[in-house]
Amino acid sequence: MAELLLTRGRRSFDVRYLPGFTPLAAFCLVALYLPLILVIFFSFNAERSITVFSHFGLNWYEEAAQNTFVQNATWLSLKLAFFATLVATTCATMAGLATTRRKPFPGQSVVYGVINQPLMIPEIVTAVALLAFFGAIKQATNVYGFGYLLLAHIVFCIPFAYMPIRARLQDMDLTMEQAAADLYASPWKVFRRVTLPMMIPGIIAGAMLSFVISFDDVIISMLVAGPGETTLPVWMIGQLRRGLTPQINAVSTVLLVITFFVVWMVFVMTTRKR
Amino acid sequence: MSRYFDFPDFPADQSSAHVSVPRNELTLICLLAITDCYKKQVKAARPNSACHRNRRINVGDGVAIEARDVSKIFGTSTDQEVWALDHVSVSIAQNEFFTLLGPSGCGKTTLLRLIAGFEHPTDGAILLEGEDISALPPFQRPVNTVFQNYALFPHMTVAQNIGFGLEMQGRPKDEVADTVGAMLSLVKMENLKDRRVDQISGGQQQRVALARALAPRPKVLLLDEPLSALDLKLRKEMQLELKRLQHETGITFIFVTHDQEEALTMSDRVAVMRDGEIHQIGSPQDIYNRPNNRFVADFIGESNFLEVQLLSRNGSTAKVRFANGTELDATLPSTDVTSGSITVIVRPEHARLTADRSAGHLQGVVNDAVYFGTDTHYYLTLDGGEEFVIRQQNQRGDRGKISSGTQVGVTINEDSIQVLAN
Repeated sequence: MAELLLTRGRRSFDVRYLPGFTPLAAFCLVALYLPLILVIFFSFNAERSITVFSHFGLNWYEEAAQNTFVQNATWLSLKLAFFATLVATTCATMAGLATTRRKPFPGQSVVYGVINQPLMIPEIVTAVALLAFFGAIKQATNVYGFGYLLLAHIVFCIPFAYMPIRARLQDMDLTMEQAAADLYASPWKVFRRVTLPMMIPGIIAGAMLSFVISFDDVIISMLVAGPGETTLPVWMIGQLRRGLTPQINAVSTVLLVITFFVVWMVFVMTTRKR
Repeated sequence: MSRYFDFPDFPADQSSAHVSVPRNELTLICLLAITDCYKKQVKAARPNSACHRNRRINVGDGVAIEARDVSKIFGTSTDQEVWALDHVSVSIAQNEFFTLLGPSGCGKTTLLRLIAGFEHPTDGAILLEGEDISALPPFQRPVNTVFQNYALFPHMTVAQNIGFGLEMQGRPKDEVADTVGAMLSLVKMENLKDRRVDQISGGQQQRVALARALAPRPKVLLLDEPLSALDLKLRKEMQLELKRLQHETGITFIFVTHDQEEALTMSDRVAVMRDGEIHQIGSPQDIYNRPNNRFVADFIGESNFLEVQLLSRNGSTAKVRFANGTELDATLPSTDVTSGSITVIVRPEHARLTADRSAGHLQGVVNDAVYFGTDTHYYLTLDGGEEFVIRQQNQRGDRGKISSGTQVGVTINEDSIQVLAN
């Protein structure tokens, strides 16, 4: 009897046993994944319709692959995401080290705030601000090019890369680094041989996050991009104005597959390392 | 080079005995043996090497570590200042197993961290073999630490962990491999050398941490409560293991613990600390039998505290009078004691019950008797109202325990009363 009461008492604290949990969970899963499944499903539709499935065909994939706009946009997006990730992750790693591996300095909380603030600012505001700012610079210097878009992406990727890196550094036991120093490792060697290898999972997570964030950004890319700098999501939005075609579905499906692949790869890598 | 493996073949049963060979001869033998050993280098670590020597021959009475009037203040503003160490001076001899004992927050770990170089003294100096090392960073000090949580590198194997220090010192690869092999056999971990550190048990991690800290042959090994994470049985095993390692390596060990039993069983000398100060330094026997003050007496072992009158002094002893008028001899502490009313202690095992009340030095009534197998504890209230505990060893012929309510006398063994400094 007492045991029964005990198990009941424990169950009532488990969210899985709250009334209505099952239908709610089912609803969430359906709302999340059914649209995705529909997108994938209709990308294989041979006809133009995205609501009526006639018969199976890969023609929309073919068409997307041969579309030079898609090719150029994809290439630009990949290039942008790659370089933005590289720079942002490096900056975030250094910021993480500076905020967790040094003696607390005056104004440290301000630094935290400054690094994380871009997450709170509405993206459209950042986009407008960057547009105006870059416009002024362009006018003053007469320098144009890819650099502005890249810089914008680096800026908003830094906080996303910073979060997991700092979390990892804070979880790491400081005595590991002390032990290394105790065993005759100079500060640089401590970093190379102990701190860096141990923070790799955090760095990978940060890089992955900033890659995804950069790759699917629309608002900032749309406003900051110069002529001819059309990223893949921006191109897709442009296409939607002319009505939805299964070609968009096909591109979306490819993006989805790539994202899943990246996440899975990172998962495998980090679990094997740890 | 092989200073470390100085005495591999020395039989354990003689190791603690003091050697009776005249000192000059010893030094000569020792020098010859050292030269021999140095030639053999790491090979000396292998069992059955030809290098026979006794422990502590080459010790001299050299000082390994000296803390000179060291203070450490944490916190910057004056109202938040914490004196973790308050003008502490101590010198630790070479090849000594020295223990810093005290409750948490007494400053023992801070002192250890100052020696390791993780903290720097606010005032005073840390000397290693006479040289001031206060300003050196940890990686420039020939001192290694075994951390409380071991702090093994999770991304390296057991062997890589042990070789880390040597590698950082820039030793050649084959030397690193040789020493790692010798260390693995020293801590009996040869078959686990390629495991990752999260794939071995807590006791094994402890051994790896020890081997890693010993591998670069530090002049001093610091141990920060290294046994506290182990269960009781493993802890007892590791206590013996640590003693063995210290004998075999001849390295000075500085051991931090809050466990008085650990301190008494393992150490050559113990420093009892509280509130950033050292209250007493001495051999385990000194600390136990002749505690200087109430804190030391209370922290180490059990004690009966009694108020007495100091009647007269005679060198290191004094005549004291108990509340019931009995006059007995008591040992004076090294520090000065004022006359008049003072406190003495009697350890529970240094007193016996007598059935004849008037034959005892003190009189009282048994409140409780608790049987522990090897001995029985009697909880008494003396006629003056003080609590008194007696621990009496059990014999096969004992006719049951003395029941509560029995009126008894208490006889205190000769030379068992210690006066405390006020």
